[in-house]
Amino acid sequence: MSCKNLLKAVVLSALLSITQLLHAQDRVISGKVTDSKDGSVLAGVNVIPKGIKGGTQTAADGSFRITVGPSVTTLVFSSVGFNVQEVIIGQRTNVDVAMSTNASSLNEVVVIGYGTRMKKDLTGSVTAITSKDFNKGAITTPEQLIAGKVAGVQVVSNGGAPGSGSTIRIRGGASLNASNSPLIVIDGVSVDNGGIAGTANALAMINPNDIESFNILKDASATAIYGSRASNGVIIITTKKGSSGKMRFNFSTLYSLSTLPKEADVLTPAEFRAYVNAHGTPAQIAIMGNANTNWQDEVYGNASTTDNNLSMSGTYKKLPYRVSIGYLNQDGILTTGNLQRTSGSITLNPKLFDDHLKIDVNLKGSITKSRFADEGAIGTAVRFDPTQSVMTKSNRFGGYFEWLDPSSTTGLRKLAPLNPVGLLEQRTDKSKSQRSIGNIQFDYKLHFFPDLHVNLNLGYDVSKGQGTVFVPDSAASSYKRSPDAKHGGVNNRYLQKKSNSLLETYLNYTKDIKSISSKIDAIAGYSYQDFSTTNYFGELNPNGVLTDASGAKWNPYSDYATDGYLISSPTFRTDKQQNRLISFFGRLNYTFKGKYLLTGTIRRDGSSRFSEEHRWGWFPSGAFAWRMKEENFLKNVNVLSDLKLRIGYGVTGQQDGIANYGYIPRYTQANAQAQYQFGNNFYTLYRPEGYNPNLKWEQTATTNIGLDYGFLNGRISGSVDFYVKKTTDLLSVIDQPAGTNFSNKILANIGNMENRGVEFTLNMQPVKSKDLLWDFGFNITYNKNEITKLTFANDPKFPGNLVGGIAGGVGSTVQIHSVGFPKSSFYVYQQVYDESGKPIENLFEDRNRDGQINVDDLYRYKAPDPDVFMGVNSNVKWKKWTAGFSLRGSFGNYMYNNRFSNTGVQRNIIDPLGFLANGSRNLLETNFTGNGDKYLLSDYYVENASFVRMDYINVGYNFGAFAGKSTNLRIGANVQNVFIVTKYKGLDPEVFGGIDNNFYPRPRIFALNVNLDF
Amino acid sequence: MKKIILTTSLFIVLAAVIQSCTKDLNLKPTNDTTSDNVYATPAGYKQVLGKVYGAFALTGNQGPAGNGDVQGIDEGFSDFFRLFWKAQELSTDEAVISWGDVGIQDFHNMNWTSNNSFLTGLYYRSLYQITLCNDFIRECSDAKLGERGISGADAENIKQYAREARFLRAFQYWVLIDLYGNPPFVTENTVIGGPPPPRGTRSEVFNYIETELKAIEPSMPAAHANEYGRADKAACWALLARLYLNAKVYTGTDKYTDAITYSKKVIDAGFTLTSNYRWLMLADNDKNWGPTGEFIFTINYDGLKTTGYGGTTFLTHAPVGGSMPASTFGISGGWSGTRVTKNLPGVFTDITGATDKRAQFYTAGQNLEISNVTVFTDGLAVTKYKNVRRDSIIVNNVKVPAPGQSQDFSDIDMPLFRLAEMYLIYAEAVLRGGTGGSTTTALDYVNLLRTRAYTNASGNISSSELTLDFILDERARELYWEGFRRTDLIRYNKFVEGTYLWPWKGGVASGTGVPAYRTLYPIPSRDINANLNLIQNQGY
Repeated sequence: MSCKNLLKAVVLSALLSITQLLHAQDRVISGKVTDSKDGSVLAGVNVIPKGIKGGTQTAADGSFRITVGPSVTTLVFSSVGFNVQEVIIGQRTNVDVAMSTNASSLNEVVVIGYGTRMKKDLTGSVTAITSKDFNKGAITTPEQLIAGKVAGVQVVSNGGAPGSGSTIRIRGGASLNASNSPLIVIDGVSVDNGGIAGTANALAMINPNDIESFNILKDASATAIYGSRASNGVIIITTKKGSSGKMRFNFSTLYSLSTLPKEADVLTPAEFRAYVNAHGTPAQIAIMGNANTNWQDEVYGNASTTDNNLSMSGTYKKLPYRVSIGYLNQDGILTTGNLQRTSGSITLNPKLFDDHLKIDVNLKGSITKSRFADEGAIGTAVRFDPTQSVMTKSNRFGGYFEWLDPSSTTGLRKLAPLNPVGLLEQRTDKSKSQRSIGNIQFDYKLHFFPDLHVNLNLGYDVSKGQGTVFVPDSAASSYKRSPDAKHGGVNNRYLQKKSNSLLETYLNYTKDIKSISSKIDAIAGYSYQDFSTTNYFGELNPNGVLTDASGAKWNPYSDYATDGYLISSPTFRTDKQQNRLISFFGRLNYTFKGKYLLTGTIRRDGSSRFSEEHRWGWFPSGAFAWRMKEENFLKNVNVLSDLKLRIGYGVTGQQDGIANYGYIPRYTQANAQAQYQFGNNFYTLYRPEGYNPNLKWEQTATTNIGLDYGFLNGRISGSVDFYVKKTTDLLSVIDQPAGTNFSNKILANIGNMENRGVEFTLNMQPVKSKDLLWDFGFNITYNKNEITKLTFANDPKFPGNLVGGIAGGVGSTVQIHSVGFPKSSFYVYQQVYDESGKPIENLFEDRNRDGQINVDDLYRYKAPDPDVFMGVNSNVKWKKWTAGFSLRGSFGNYMYNNRFSNTGVQRNIIDPLGFLANGSRNLLETNFTGNGDKYLLSDYYVENASFVRMDYINVGYNFGAFAGKSTNLRIGANVQNVFIVTKYKGLDPEVFGGIDNNFYPRPRIFALNVNLDF
Repeated sequence: MKKIILTTSLFIVLAAVIQSCTKDLNLKPTNDTTSDNVYATPAGYKQVLGKVYGAFALTGNQGPAGNGDVQGIDEGFSDFFRLFWKAQELSTDEAVISWGDVGIQDFHNMNWTSNNSFLTGLYYRSLYQITLCNDFIRECSDAKLGERGISGADAENIKQYAREARFLRAFQYWVLIDLYGNPPFVTENTVIGGPPPPRGTRSEVFNYIETELKAIEPSMPAAHANEYGRADKAACWALLARLYLNAKVYTGTDKYTDAITYSKKVIDAGFTLTSNYRWLMLADNDKNWGPTGEFIFTINYDGLKTTGYGGTTFLTHAPVGGSMPASTFGISGGWSGTRVTKNLPGVFTDITGATDKRAQFYTAGQNLEISNVTVFTDGLAVTKYKNVRRDSIIVNNVKVPAPGQSQDFSDIDMPLFRLAEMYLIYAEAVLRGGTGGSTTTALDYVNLLRTRAYTNASGNISSSELTLDFILDERARELYWEGFRRTDLIRYNKFVEGTYLWPWKGGVASGTGVPAYRTLYPIPSRDINANLNLIQNQGY
């Protein structure tokens, strides 16, 4: 039996057994919860049977009703700002509770790898963000819920397109060429970060409304249990679970309007005319039109989003459940873009055999239908000649104005920008993606040895993306594009499938040995994970045969003209990419006298991406924490409510983001457009591929020292962390000695890199009274990245590895990885300025004083990653009103303004290729002609992109009960992306990677939402 | 009881899963294949031979681009002949380019460094091709053929493939010693993934090329007896002739007598000049190859099947701009890049092409003088390469040349060696004092070229006009834009010296001399850094 079939069998039989084993032995307990201070009722208090997952919350009138099994002896009441209270229920069916206030969060349960811990018992750097603290507003992808909330974590959205994801970096990223994204674990299933064809990002398929908490594991002592994939941190996402009691519904609806905050600053039609008249040749002046077109107005528009979610949860007989369904319909501000996501989730959390066997079943599914706007229009809307009208009287090219050249076979001017409205309206790029993530987790407490739990987790993450791209043959973008210039348009389809299966099991032993004041919590486990992706160049019919739209057999070719003419073909019908990870892991937590905490973890990982000699890696960690507050000398210092010192060290690994078969010598076949002719015959070619048999894990050693503090009964709390992350054996693409491999650059383990930083978090409640509650959060992070080794030798003339391709010169790059500098530092010429501070074109500092300006005069100037970033959050609750904001800042980050350098030069406006193009008004400041091969790399274009952004401001009102006691109605209004303060002269200072060119603008969003419990 | 069964069964399942899965880490790619599969059949050998040759014409495994052979340079730039052409022409009076791609203007300014991406790209392309040859030669050994059960005629064919790979390797080593001087030295005995290879000095590599060519030449097929696109005896002789002509530059010792010997061998092997000079660089120029053709050895391009952004696609697109009608060149639009300095039209007495057909300049809207290198209309344009055929078609009642198969990719094959060069090598070697030839024959050969150029004897010269300087000019007239100029100027001591100038030489409008070390290009710093055995050329 193969592993895959075995997994299937296990999952199926497990599912069957739950349904069989359910039987009811419950009783109902009800009561009311009040504030001990004034006797007012408390809504939203968690009521949880002790030792069991699930529970309920009190209604608006403070009442609750919960169904519990016979084993339950104690109810746990918890709410933010109050002390947790445990009440022994005995035979009672009515339990009233008065709760006392306490702002401390030390008893919060935090999800860590393979288990949970109380916050006070943590030894590592872990931040938990639960739903009550999530960012508010029209949030369509999960990671945006925590942007700006966590020290050391950067969440930078990849643009304003519907469903576009974000780049997440925890403590700067540990790698150069392997992945720098954290491992994401959703309900125990570590998911594939790669996304699926037809979606913008992997997380976009998860409905943010289903998420209960994010737990972010930052230092090695917390992450090392995930071993080889933990170097960039781990984000554990937990979804909402079923509650006890009768069925409860929650309905939320949101409507939002997205607007373009700012247009790129280009020449007005009048300025453009004046410029062309002043600088153009008579021929160029003659080709100006008579219209006054704002092309950006033509391609952008206000866009609306609706997001509706319905969930129900409760307990049916003994089965706690939660079922939710959501529907999101989002338009993009770039016209024609749209995303519709239908998502659903089912959670079941039964407990069997007197609660000895706990079962969690999580099933999530979504179907996303997208229409992708042609984002090429963003660039051409900036560049298109404003004196031309959108449409012409001719029917050619769909009636859109285009630059013509009668002598060319297509009639189009080669290399001229294309009408952006035509680009948008003539391309129909649609996809449908389906994804399902699910798992079933058994936790069995042995009957004969209850200190030992056996945990088995079986999970899957499958997705399928398929789509079609259609462009009519009249469209300029693909007019007569076949090599013989007889066929045009695009009529393509694609399909991709991914499947990721997971089996994890561990034993958990816990023992409280009172005689020696010790607690032991140990696990030992095994994990097996398989990732596979298959690309199909066609569409599958129900019988699994590749077909075309008419049902006929589809050729194994991928690129067609509108009339079905084959333009190019991939070599193979399908391509399957697969990799596997097998791991063994263990962890020991030892607590002495409740104040000395020790954690040790070890993981051994094997990856199919490495040869047998290098396949396995060890990843250990150790940590110590000292709860100083518990010591006698601090116990009576009442102003201090918590003080804990944490010290941890660990080694983690990384192998994501690299090729699957890089260590194997192999030959690949060339495609039909890359044949070679001998005599009258053409031959299909075989190419030997570069390979590195010595590939192995890259390793990151992290040292973390942290201090958790709390004052005034937890009204002021937070932590400070110092960390050093040293990555060795970097998986980096390096130059091979020429002649010794089939590729001059090979992925190899060479080089070292360091990240050092400080994180500071402060949470406080400056005001806390019956009617007014003010929560305030602040976090700030300093991170410094430096490459410390890059090559075997150290030739002083070797500047480093060039990265960061830019628009303007083919193959030109503006960034470099160099030893002694942050990764991706800008690598530029030093601009010389005249007395008035104006840059003098093509005049640069001869930095090496050799009398000539060439690449030896390039220097490293600043880097795109910030030195310091911070987040400020505030939430005020006054009676039934709430108001809040979230603000993010980033300092010391620089940006290469590629729009200025590429379009803000004379050569771009009056193009020698026979057309006119608009450009950045920066041209009027520099008067650059754009001649020469160096101005593009001037440090003039590297700008300080430090910023402070108001992510959102919101206000809400809670009507309370509106139709019966257990109902609740809340409404809210929200503005997102409110304003930004920056010196950066481009549109948006926040573009991941530090090169700003045709970035999809982030919209400003106005949202209204209604939330209903019943 | 139920609980015990459940517990027990759980453990059994777990144990089974763990047992069966730890061996699952050996995964193989589905579409790629291993050397044993590829070389299992003679047909497989030929497909790899296709790559060994095809690496001259293609930039990667996916035409026109998308899966490149050479990393660290834009794939479209990474084509062999495009890079070779830039290094040989842009640094001279024959060509200027208007583009602003980083490092490209260094050629005119003669201030290139060891980090120039074009020089780096050419170096790696050249050594990549050598590495392919080495691997292929290794796989063609008797032992490997024996293991794979290949014998008889199949084995003989494969051994011939290996000889051709040795020829191609020799050619690329010639490129390396001509441009870079002292390259790393790798052969079929070099281990893939092994330690950095030793440095080969210019003389050592010169001797290796000579030895290799002489070793394979006797067993190579006779001139034109091999398939079109594959090397034969004449290709070996032609490369030897070129090598010997420049031997003094490479080794300090002249070999003009050998240059005469080997150019004569080619000339006597049945080659004749194509009747019309303007047919040399057309879409159907494969017609110039054959038992009596002019072409000796070519890189074969095809607008549909051998596609990329280099080679003759570059040579047909880059020179078209200004008011030049793209359709005349069989392309959908030009790239507005390359032109000439006034020195090239200066070697023609009549630049209109009315008398000497080799003068193929486009002048309308183009200025002879270059006030700005990066403006396309400064400098005359060149119309030598056209992706159209000899024959005509009727379009709108007008007879126009039939276009190539594709408007985007050229069908023109690029001759690496053609007969005209052999005539000129013979003549120059005679004038430089080589023995075994005669000035009478040399004059005859040169006049054959001039008779073709003028379509009659009106352009023929007398023996008194046949001087070394005349040969240099004649080479410019006959071979311009075919990748010879830098090597020629160096041989004539006119490349770096202040005694021969052209507009913008050394980055100065009127031209200026530059230090002598620039007759060699630098070894790319990337390889200096990866291979401690290498020594940077003096001056860099």
